Amino acid sequence: MPKAHLKVWRGDDSGQYVEYDVEYEEGMVVLDVVHRLQATQAGDLAIRWNCKAGKCGSCSAEINGKPKLQCMTRMGTFIDGETITIAPLKTFPIIRDLVTDVSWNYRVAETMPELKLSGPDASGHRRMQQIDIDREQEFRKCIECYICQDVCHVIRDHPENQGNFAGPRFFVQLANVAMHPLDQNPKSATVAHGFGLDYCNITKCCTDVCPEGIHITDNAIIPLKERRVDEYYDPIRAIGRKLFGKK
Amino acid sequence: MAQATDIQRRYGKTQRVDRWWIEPALFGGGLLAFVIYSTVSALILGNSWHFEAGPYLSPFFEPLIKPGWVPEWISPAVFILWAPLGFRTTCYYYRRTYYRSFFMSPPGCAVTEPAKSYSGESKFPFILQNAHRLFLYVALVFIPILWYGALKAFWLDGEGLGVGVGSLILTANAFLLMMYTLSCHSLRHLIGGGLDCFSCSNYTRTRRKAWDILSLANEHHKGWAWASLISVGLADLYVHLVANGVLTDLNTWSNF
Amino acid sequence: MADIETHEYDVLVIGAGGAGLRAAVEASALGARTGLVCKSLLGKAHTVMAEGGIAAAMGNVYSEDNWQVHFRDTMRGGKMLNNWRMAQIHAQEAPDRVKELEEWGALFDRTPDGRILQRDFGGHRYARLAHVGDRTGLEMIRTLQQHAVHRGIEVHQECTVNRLLKDGDRISGALGYWRESGRMVLFRAKAVVIATGGLGKVYSITSNSWEGTGDGHSLAMQAGADMIDMEFVQFHPTGMVWPPSVRGLLVTEGVRGDGGTLKNTSGERFMFNYIPPMFAAETADTEAEADRWYDDKVNARRTPDLLPRDEVARAINSEVKAGRGTAHGGVFLDIASRRSADYIKRRLPSMYHQFMQLAGVDITKEPMEIGPTAHYAMGGVRVDAETAASTVPGLYAAGEVAGGMHGSNRLGGNSLSDLVVFGRRAGESAAKYALGLTGQPSVDQGAIAERSASILKPFEGGQENPYTLHRELQECMHVNVGIIRTDSEMRQALVKIAELKDRLSRVQVEGHIQYNTGWHLALDMEHMLCVSEAITMAAIERKESRGGHTRDDFPSTSGEFSQVNVVVRLRGSAVSVAQEPLPVMPDELKKLFEE
Repeated sequence: MPKAHLKVWRGDDSGQYVEYDVEYEEGMVVLDVVHRLQATQAGDLAIRWNCKAGKCGSCSAEINGKPKLQCMTRMGTFIDGETITIAPLKTFPIIRDLVTDVSWNYRVAETMPELKLSGPDASGHRRMQQIDIDREQEFRKCIECYICQDVCHVIRDHPENQGNFAGPRFFVQLANVAMHPLDQNPKSATVAHGFGLDYCNITKCCTDVCPEGIHITDNAIIPLKERRVDEYYDPIRAIGRKLFGKK
Repeated sequence: MAQATDIQRRYGKTQRVDRWWIEPALFGGGLLAFVIYSTVSALILGNSWHFEAGPYLSPFFEPLIKPGWVPEWISPAVFILWAPLGFRTTCYYYRRTYYRSFFMSPPGCAVTEPAKSYSGESKFPFILQNAHRLFLYVALVFIPILWYGALKAFWLDGEGLGVGVGSLILTANAFLLMMYTLSCHSLRHLIGGGLDCFSCSNYTRTRRKAWDILSLANEHHKGWAWASLISVGLADLYVHLVANGVLTDLNTWSNF
Repeated sequence: MADIETHEYDVLVIGAGGAGLRAAVEASALGARTGLVCKSLLGKAHTVMAEGGIAAAMGNVYSEDNWQVHFRDTMRGGKMLNNWRMAQIHAQEAPDRVKELEEWGALFDRTPDGRILQRDFGGHRYARLAHVGDRTGLEMIRTLQQHAVHRGIEVHQECTVNRLLKDGDRISGALGYWRESGRMVLFRAKAVVIATGGLGKVYSITSNSWEGTGDGHSLAMQAGADMIDMEFVQFHPTGMVWPPSVRGLLVTEGVRGDGGTLKNTSGERFMFNYIPPMFAAETADTEAEADRWYDDKVNARRTPDLLPRDEVARAINSEVKAGRGTAHGGVFLDIASRRSADYIKRRLPSMYHQFMQLAGVDITKEPMEIGPTAHYAMGGVRVDAETAASTVPGLYAAGEVAGGMHGSNRLGGNSLSDLVVFGRRAGESAAKYALGLTGQPSVDQGAIAERSASILKPFEGGQENPYTLHRELQECMHVNVGIIRTDSEMRQALVKIAELKDRLSRVQVEGHIQYNTGWHLALDMEHMLCVSEAITMAAIERKESRGGHTRDDFPSTSGEFSQVNVVVRLRGSAVSVAQEPLPVMPDELKKLFEE
């Protein structure tokens, strides 16, 4: 049986890496190896995990420096004998080992606007066409692993921005509200602006790391920025508004 | 307390073991090379390096604007190049690339950036990126102009219709520049992305179809950006080399 | 004890999956001070794993569908052992609950005329499952989570409830610990809703996450509640079997609903050999008819690949035992030969990715290898159909932890609807009960002090490793109380469970109390042993085969057992079982089964 050489962060803020050798089998993912480590050598190792199928977004960690889901990272992607470094999400305060305090994200979630849908028609149905919702369905694939929040340099390297920047996950949610065909919220792009949209410099790391393959930048953030341009920075629309009144 | 220093203190600048720096170095280098080349070719050399050869005009100078009151040392390219320069500088793809390569903001994903503070595109000068829409309108005007230049390259005064390597290069260049413009995020938004209801009328359904097509093109915006950047540079170089007698254009005309 | 962190509520909801969130939303809407406790982060509950859809007779695809048909399908799927009133309420209210989810933001796939699209699923007469691709559970939990967050419900994340507290006969709160700090926390509550989900973690091959340790079942038993139908454990027929690390991981029934067929290693569609008499009239008996059914549901009968889960799981088990299974001990599930790659990727995106990323199998080109996996506990807390009240005053249960709704076997898609239908009812009745009480019931300080001390015992020294104990229990249950059961094996299991209980008293964990997963497992083991014993005792008692309970020594159904629930009770440390008659279905409903 091959052995994996792991370097795992142990302890809290003042912790350090501890190295382990753990046996693994073909087809295993990093999370399996960490579980085996837990069952055999480090019984008190703190990790989060739930579904082990890339659906719940609990086991996020930084593997060899890249934010990933442990359950979707196959051991076959490493070179034999390569040291595999497993660190907690670095943007968030460490609780212990691989577990971080992600409560900031939950606080931001509380500030998100709520959908307000128009009522059903006479037959009791809310009619929506598939072509009107497929864009939003992409956004709703989000599993809230917070990997995009972790990798986003706006808060990763500048935590002082956490007060006025919601992060990629929540721009996806704002785009969902903005583009919902039946939503009755004011359609002003200023809503997203209030969550620090223009702090994003579209360097696309969030899209690069999203385990669900959501095109966060191209389909959520840039369209939101463009909606703001419609209102404030489009000269032709501004002239149109002057000439023909509000469009 | 800045946490960035916390991350560095605990883990160092990055723990990535792949060669993450290749991408920003390569693309940054490419951009820099183009900027230097185009500045030298179009602005510094300007009128002193011939940019017209037979039916061919370098795309840096299309359409040629040369009023008499402009002194000879000012290149006619200045009347043209502000438009593509503005369009590309504010382009969502190029922004990603030069923020990473030149501003190191960030140098790579999960790589600590050097800047102490950050306000993104919320303040001057980067708030000017919102002018992308304005430059898009200008770029749209340039599409027929560049096609005009390409078609003109098939017609030699005195001899009429013909074809040469230069005509083909300028045609390919016009096509690539058009595709770069059509795959723009801002255009994708204008054509349909700004709608919340696609199914509401035949007009919006048509816009949805156009949006689908532009979305496909937009997925490869990076590809179109580089292809058109290289093609416009090469087209300029080719026309210059022919115009200055370094190369001879293969063509069907007898007297050029 | 003055120094223990204390929260006071009218209604405390334990568990933040679909049922818990829906209960909390309802209780809060009725004006009850509501708290929600969950073991994981909010939004990570096992509900996210539900893939196929939510069953509701909305009739959007087949207007012939209505609650009576859904009710009949549910009862027949459960082999008539269901609490008829629960099945009726469920069938009647599910469409409203689905529309409510839509109002709160869920975006289900659409029909061409803009209504909610519904898909075929095992045991359902008509295409009935509202769905979002194959991630319906995620859509549901995210919708409920975002709705709940805006209702101002207090959520206590990563907090495990370890004991329920009583004031005399009635509920007075719950005692738990923060996973992060290891410190104890007391919730004083007039009413408690248990919505803790399942117990799959007592089996070694399971689709459940670490959370499915039967906490709620065990807490309710310890509080004196009656449990019913504990012998019925659903083995989902299609779990992944390879690679070993994903063994048990769910493959949605939607694969079969959308055209996937089961084949053995000789390429035979073996399900035609396993059509039980009860379903013969409505099941195709030739491949040609089954193939026609995908496009013509009116003139062709449905494919046997979509028989209820218990039938399919047993069939697969038999094929593998007869040597017609794959090298990894499964059979093939093939959708590639019927559907285009585009269709598969659009309808089953997460299945496509799951196989591509975890097994290196492209399901648009190759068949999947699948086999049964422990999936769902039909049994649970005995509840009143109208109010979801348990037999303990102030204690309510909803979702998987409640028993009765699904009888001996649950139909796919009925669990998501169960969560919202009975989650809402539990929240409503808990709130009404709590708001009707004057004063907060008292808690037993002595019991709290005792428990706060004993919970730390695993740190004090011993030699048993909690992970080893857990593995031994899983193996024991899988072999002896798994898909096929016999009296002698189950009695061996009881001996093993007793041995494990004894060894658990000498369990040793390393490290300290902060976020110590080994310690958490040691504490969960107590619950797992409790429910394992309940399952085994009930399974020994039911001397017949029915639904999710198959006995080698009693291979057929028995008329005598068709009239009773097996009820399990815990008194002191002794588990007792009794047979008690089923509630009697009124005549007008009985007529639905006469055709």
